Amino acid sequence: MNAVIEEHHDHDHKPSGLGRWLFSTNHKDIGSMYLWFAFTMFFVGGALALIIRAELFQPGMQIVEPEFFNQLTTLHGLIMVFGVIMPAFVGLANWQLPMMIGAPDMALPRMNNWSFWLLPAAFGLLLASLAMSIMGMGSAPNFGWTFYAPLSTTYGPDSTDYFIFSVHLMGISSVMGAINVIATIMNMRAPGMNYMKMPIFVWTWFITAYLLIAVMPVLAGAVTMMLTDRHFGTSFFNAAGGGDPVMFQHIFWFFGHPEVYIMILPAFGIISQIVPTFSRKPLFGYSSMVYATASIAFLSFIVWAHHMFTTGMPVAGELFFMYSTMLIAVPTGVKVFNWISTMWRGALTFETPMLFAVAFIFLFTMGGFTGLMLCIVPADFQYHDTYFVVAHFHYVLVTGAAFSIMAAVYYWLPKWTGNMYDETLGKWHFWLTCISANVLFFPMHFVGLAGMPRRIPDYALQFAEFNQMASVGAFVFGFSQLIFLYVVIKCVRGGQKATTEVWEGAKGLEFELPSPAPFHSYTTPPQVK
Amino acid sequence: MRAVSRPSGLACLLLASNPSYADYQLNLEPGVTSFSQGAYDIHTIVMWICVVIGIIVYGAMTYSILNHRKSNNPNPAKFDDNTTVEILWTVIPVLILLGIAVPATKVLMAMEDTSNSDMSIKVTGYQWKWHYDYVGEDVSFFSNMSTTQEQINNKEAKGEHYLLEVDNKMVIPTNKKVRFLFTSSDVIHAWWVPAFGVKKDAIPGFINESWAEVPEPGIYRGQCAELCGANHGFMPIVVEAKSEEDYLAWLDEKKAEQAAASASAEKTWTMEELMAHGETTYNTYCAACHQVGGEGLPNVFPAIKGSPVSVGDVGKHIDIVINGVAGTGMQAFGPQLNDADLAAIITYERNAWGNNTGDIVQPSDVKAAR
Amino acid sequence: MHSEENHKQYNQPANNRLVIRKLLLLVAIMFSFGYALVPLYDVFCDITGLNGKTGDRVSLVKKPVVDLNRKVRVTFLASLNASMPWEFKPQMSYIDVHPGEPTTINYIARNTSKNPMTGQAVPSVAPGLAAAYFQKTECFCFTEQALKPGEEKVMPVTFIVDSQLPQQMNELILSYTFFTSHEKTKNLSSSQSLSLNQDHKL
Repeated sequence: MNAVIEEHHDHDHKPSGLGRWLFSTNHKDIGSMYLWFAFTMFFVGGALALIIRAELFQPGMQIVEPEFFNQLTTLHGLIMVFGVIMPAFVGLANWQLPMMIGAPDMALPRMNNWSFWLLPAAFGLLLASLAMSIMGMGSAPNFGWTFYAPLSTTYGPDSTDYFIFSVHLMGISSVMGAINVIATIMNMRAPGMNYMKMPIFVWTWFITAYLLIAVMPVLAGAVTMMLTDRHFGTSFFNAAGGGDPVMFQHIFWFFGHPEVYIMILPAFGIISQIVPTFSRKPLFGYSSMVYATASIAFLSFIVWAHHMFTTGMPVAGELFFMYSTMLIAVPTGVKVFNWISTMWRGALTFETPMLFAVAFIFLFTMGGFTGLMLCIVPADFQYHDTYFVVAHFHYVLVTGAAFSIMAAVYYWLPKWTGNMYDETLGKWHFWLTCISANVLFFPMHFVGLAGMPRRIPDYALQFAEFNQMASVGAFVFGFSQLIFLYVVIKCVRGGQKATTEVWEGAKGLEFELPSPAPFHSYTTPPQVK
Repeated sequence: MRAVSRPSGLACLLLASNPSYADYQLNLEPGVTSFSQGAYDIHTIVMWICVVIGIIVYGAMTYSILNHRKSNNPNPAKFDDNTTVEILWTVIPVLILLGIAVPATKVLMAMEDTSNSDMSIKVTGYQWKWHYDYVGEDVSFFSNMSTTQEQINNKEAKGEHYLLEVDNKMVIPTNKKVRFLFTSSDVIHAWWVPAFGVKKDAIPGFINESWAEVPEPGIYRGQCAELCGANHGFMPIVVEAKSEEDYLAWLDEKKAEQAAASASAEKTWTMEELMAHGETTYNTYCAACHQVGGEGLPNVFPAIKGSPVSVGDVGKHIDIVINGVAGTGMQAFGPQLNDADLAAIITYERNAWGNNTGDIVQPSDVKAAR
Repeated sequence: MHSEENHKQYNQPANNRLVIRKLLLLVAIMFSFGYALVPLYDVFCDITGLNGKTGDRVSLVKKPVVDLNRKVRVTFLASLNASMPWEFKPQMSYIDVHPGEPTTINYIARNTSKNPMTGQAVPSVAPGLAAAYFQKTECFCFTEQALKPGEEKVMPVTFIVDSQLPQQMNELILSYTFFTSHEKTKNLSSSQSLSLNQDHKL
């Protein structure tokens, strides 16, 4: 895909001071804010995980009370899902989408600003409840990130209402972001860039944005129903008033399942950008990749009750959801095969982004296998609510989504900053992270199969050895992320100058802009052939 | 910070002088029922299919990584699609999935038929214990974790069945189809015994069913499998399967015990009897929150040692234990414990840890207060 | 050097507005869909008997057809929610009935507390699929039950097991759970959080 770039003024004058960030309408600055926000929350959520793993290092209660442990697991989940993975992907969308389609900015730059600033507000509220809990002033949310009723309604602590408000704020942020993404992609592509010429990352975000718009409002409905059940006399989830706690689960998972695809489709897009670059070969099967992504998105709406096989569903329901979930393996498999085919007979080099991308393919596929095992109903009766599930979703979310974000940062940092990052340190970060992540999460498969339930602060003796291993892995993993922090800061501040192309084999409109990309880029759209 | 953390914790971490628990179990157990066996079989089939697919996929990747590097393959190929291959790797996975779906469906269908059961037990989840009610037999009791707080707090060595032992086990006869009926009295819990392959949610206001037919006598252990509050990890399940005669003998014993318990509520107890019974009952029902030493958890669970309630008005103390305290985590124990147990706990609370009121609360006092 | 044509492409506030309007409509639709799931769930439950909800409405049954060739065992269970200080039990633990034959059985409830209380019984039938075939013409679960301190009440239920009940189902469970009624006795059970209360001086 060639592009003819016209001469453009150097639109590189940036505003200054605090106002530059508070009032920004620039997709690059807003993208940076999202990414720094996500990075900060990664350390916060990670610290909570380290306390959890420290408590689980040995049988017995050593560090925290069971009540507080439940708050830790709840906040860890909420922060990682809503405060790290989702904002990081939005940050990448903000930075990359306009450049990739040859647009000067997002379609709605002022709404873009508001979408970002809602997040520190939302998390400020959530983290305040944790701080207050530590200071002895009541409990932070303690019902798991999935907040089932009636534990979260009738039995929820006072902070639950702040949790509900916080979720509303996050939801509004996501929906506005999604609207922005769709308007940008639909209306601002450079002339000549029709839909089937868009970079694949743009496609995956386009589809993810539709998923967000479809399901975040349902989450908003669910938490509003919680609020009225708690304070305004309704009985959506309270059997006493004719309601049904299981209905909560249906409504939640109707949101919850597409949500996990929201957290992986952009990852697929990133891998589909990186693998061709470092294989020096075009992406294999571009149209299938687009159709596979769309099929996954569609199928994600009809599988939700595979989270609920033990609630007492009739057999017909169990069978339907088992079959529909098995189906998702097909388009997902197609994507994995296409990535491998892209690598096949390419000219591969393994700089840090490619290392993370290859690790993604290996390890996300691991998560995919355990996902297939989980959807088999009779077997799920033994896996449900055990560490086998915890292993599964950490493989797809950590060695899946999080690795793709790290890959993307390494891949595009030189374009953003104009400097190459330190490749040696990058590789150290990769190997430490990859190995420790497996030491952390692989043993969880074993203890889950051996019978260890999830969300417990203490466990029977037979689970001790693998838990100890996992805890060691956790600490190495956590501290290795400090290398990543160092690499990023060092790169922002300087380094070997990056070329326009950055990577041999890199294709795309963003790689036709100078490095660093100017503050305002493509103010005149390129002509795409 | 005390409400949240344990000061001794870090020291324990550093000492790390745990005996080796070495039980590196890697796989699911086949268990003792047709459910657990069915689950194990289908798990094995799917797992091996995944392993084979993994070998092929990871093998191809590894081959590519080793042989298609720029250093040994500097001229990359240019192909970027191949319709035949794409069709093949869409259709073949579908066929593999069909191959999995058929046995999975069969196993599931066999599990779901609860008809023609020989007996039923109603299982009710409570925060944080189980209640078992043998339908039609007039035998019902609570089943609490019996692992002591001292073991949990690392003050005593942990027993072999740490966290997986209870005061009153469920007992069932072997070779009979036992139907379980699940509900909850507060939040959603889940009853899970891996060896039976039975896991079902216990939902307040609703009844769920499952069943098990256990061929072998033995003791089978499980845990609650749905987050239900602070002590979710501390409400285990123990089921003992006995031969039919032993089961019937146990049933008779249980009925006699229950009769004795209600009879004991009629008699007058001595201080020694109340303190002894009170200490064990307190440790089972109250110590998880109020601690073995009665000191509670500041800002979370009030202390009983030296508290105005336990040295103040007896009537108020009895009322709190029987009826709980609305809007707090203090449950009403009236419906859960009999008069003798309650009297013993209250007497113990009023006299232990230096409280020394000298007060004696008889079961009849509790009965009058209800 | 900025070509007019190229800038024209970016002058698309109108196109953006169109997209935004459509997407906001989609947001509103999905939010309403979330709420619509509530009655949809009930409809689905009614059709399939999912979760054993038999509903607390009186079923109008015309001359039921009695099937004397089979018997179905209905087992009765009684549960109390949380700290409901009542005694509650069925008068008999099971009964064998012919499908189509109206049967009346009793439950007994006793308020053992010192306060007048009102309770609401919530029925549940297992297996869930049988709920569609279980009809109640009279039930204490249709209304709240008020009991004075110490009062005991016999509460009848009249039900018919539909003769269309599938052949392989020959055992049903009818279970009731008594909850405190919010409206009448709000001080006893709050729908507020049961959070740990620091200013409770103990």
